[in-house]
Amino acid sequence: MPDTNGPHLIRGARPLGGDPVDLLFVDGRIAAIGPDLEAPEGARTVDATGLIALPGLVDLHTHLREPGREDAETVASGSRSAAMGGYTSVHAMANTDPVADTAGVVEQVWRLGREAGYCDVRPVGAVTVGLAGEQLSEIGAMADSAAQVRVFSDDGICVSDALLMRRALEYVKAFDGVIAQHAQEPRLTEGAQMNEGCVSDRLGLPGWPAVAEEAIIARDCLLAQHVGSRLHVCHVSTKGSVDIIRWAKERGCDVTAEVTPHHLLLTDELVESYDPIYKVNPPLRTAEDVQALREGLADGTIDIVATDHAPHPVEAKETEWSTAAMGMVGLETALAVVQRTMVDTGLLTWAQVADRMSTAPARIGRVDGHGRELAVGEPANVVLYDPAAPVEIDGGAMVTKSSNTPFRGMTLPGGVRATFLRGVPTVLEGKIK
Amino acid sequence: MRHLLSTGDLSRDEATLILDTAAELAQVGDRSVKKLPTLRGRTVVNLFYEDSTRTRTSFELAAKRLSADVINFSAKGSSVSKGESLKDTALTLQAMGADAVVIRHSASGAAHRLANWVDGSVLNAGDGTHEHPTQALLDAYTMRDRLGRLEGLRVAVVGDILHSRVARSNVLLLTTLGAHVTLVAPPTLLPVSVHTWSCEVSYDLDEVLPKSDVVMMLRVQAERMRDSFFPSVREYSRNYGLDGERLGKMPSEAIVMHPGPMVRGMEISAEVADSPRCTVTEQVTNGVSLRMAVLYLLLGGS
Repeated sequence: MPDTNGPHLIRGARPLGGDPVDLLFVDGRIAAIGPDLEAPEGARTVDATGLIALPGLVDLHTHLREPGREDAETVASGSRSAAMGGYTSVHAMANTDPVADTAGVVEQVWRLGREAGYCDVRPVGAVTVGLAGEQLSEIGAMADSAAQVRVFSDDGICVSDALLMRRALEYVKAFDGVIAQHAQEPRLTEGAQMNEGCVSDRLGLPGWPAVAEEAIIARDCLLAQHVGSRLHVCHVSTKGSVDIIRWAKERGCDVTAEVTPHHLLLTDELVESYDPIYKVNPPLRTAEDVQALREGLADGTIDIVATDHAPHPVEAKETEWSTAAMGMVGLETALAVVQRTMVDTGLLTWAQVADRMSTAPARIGRVDGHGRELAVGEPANVVLYDPAAPVEIDGGAMVTKSSNTPFRGMTLPGGVRATFLRGVPTVLEGKIK
Repeated sequence: MRHLLSTGDLSRDEATLILDTAAELAQVGDRSVKKLPTLRGRTVVNLFYEDSTRTRTSFELAAKRLSADVINFSAKGSSVSKGESLKDTALTLQAMGADAVVIRHSASGAAHRLANWVDGSVLNAGDGTHEHPTQALLDAYTMRDRLGRLEGLRVAVVGDILHSRVARSNVLLLTTLGAHVTLVAPPTLLPVSVHTWSCEVSYDLDEVLPKSDVVMMLRVQAERMRDSFFPSVREYSRNYGLDGERLGKMPSEAIVMHPGPMVRGMEISAEVADSPRCTVTEQVTNGVSLRMAVLYLLLGGS
């Protein structure tokens, strides 16, 4: 846990990419914002010249692997990785072992997050017992627990039973919860290994058709509207999904959606190498899909960027494609990938990045104290980001316990210099505290 | 050429060199002493993760006729469920000094992965539903041997294209060598993007037969029926099976090929399988010469 130190005076940062000002953090809150602020006694000064200040990022989709797969990641190592990526709050997905389907497990994860102290860990509760898709888990107990769970998901597995999905959507209305659906029609994706299309056909790998995602999204949007519930769609990956969500929003469905950084940048052509570092669920799609996802994120059809940070040990990826694990680490590269794909391309302003990566995810997850304005009196959850510090990505140099980054060897345009959680630096000078 | 992973990696000249070399080496098979000293002291490992006595024996014979030391390393079961990973097996073979590894694996891309982990040559002897390069090469050899040319040859490949590594390797190779390929199958057994491939596609075997110099029948596994790729074995056989009547629709010089093992009564009738126009056993014979040629060229024998 980082030392709780005194006031911090941030010199010359550009809030949301605007004009440089100073920010003063005292007692966990933003105490002052303005030019040439006076440093109070004992304050530590941080030179933030040229750095962009954003509200601390909020991830709605993180796999911290604990309990069960502590060889890949722990709540502590994963929340340190999150801090390194500029996050001050993450949602820990439920597909642990044991599954986070009881108040006991979610409270354990929540407590481990508090003990680590690098960001606010919000557990996600499983929709169904053991992610088996047969019977609702004790959703109410998880909501009432100390962990205050508001996001429920069987992520990794689709709640494919339409009636069970309807019940889950209805049930969480009682405490303003949301069902985050992993949209994947199971029969259409039996044995699927990668996006179905020219590349899969050439490589002889069983294909994962876009329709398997789109059909579930369409069904769930209709269900959510019918029962008047909130639906969140995890890791949207196809052009058709963007079109369906746009249509659903126009007709008044209360649906939100996320896209991952890797789906904003990478395509299925990378699978030509048969290197499972590119194996992920949902799979990397085509350049046309990537373009549609970027446009969807820009026009607000897709509400947020979520990492789907999925650490795996080396041996899970150093194998044949078909036996390799699905997933990629993403917390420490998310902001730089969003800069490259959305900001440097002119699709989003930094203020919109703050919305897509902090404000909106905090709102969807009902996370108090995060995703707030950079304003006096607000909690000092802040990230300082250097948009002009190109770095070659090296999985081995990351803070996460795993190294399965698909961006290895690529040069990304910037990096996080500092992260503050309620005024306490978790990252300073680009290094984890 | 260091590895043979995909026929798509072969230029026309390289492919032709392999076929020409095979033709020279075929003469060894006609001698009473069927052996050349070419690869003496070199080690070839047959790493077979799938049962395939035919292919393994063919590679073994090819290596032995070139005087290489041959080790059969059969590794049944998947790497995750049982024991050693493919990478560790590769490192083991590497440490033992294998000059070439012939790999048969149920996972598409396994040969590509292996090539990252060993210094020696990797020969893809069939990887999942991806490719089977030496099968396509021996098929091309057989066509050229029987019909005297490949340029402009009209080849129909009939059957379960979707799951066939033989079809993928053949489309790439035959196109490179100037032949015209038509894939014939029910739509369920064709890849969704097949229209982007460098070949024609038809759902109608009877329409294609009179315009074919070569008809290559692929094995169709009855279990595909359970996954609803077609309604019944009988219906498949009626529409896409090659029987005596259909053989009569082919040009008189045209040949019937099959990579084996055949399912008689499914994709091919006994009458056709046993007809002199069917090249199944020649393909097996040619397979040995062809694999000798590939080993010879990859290992730089002299």
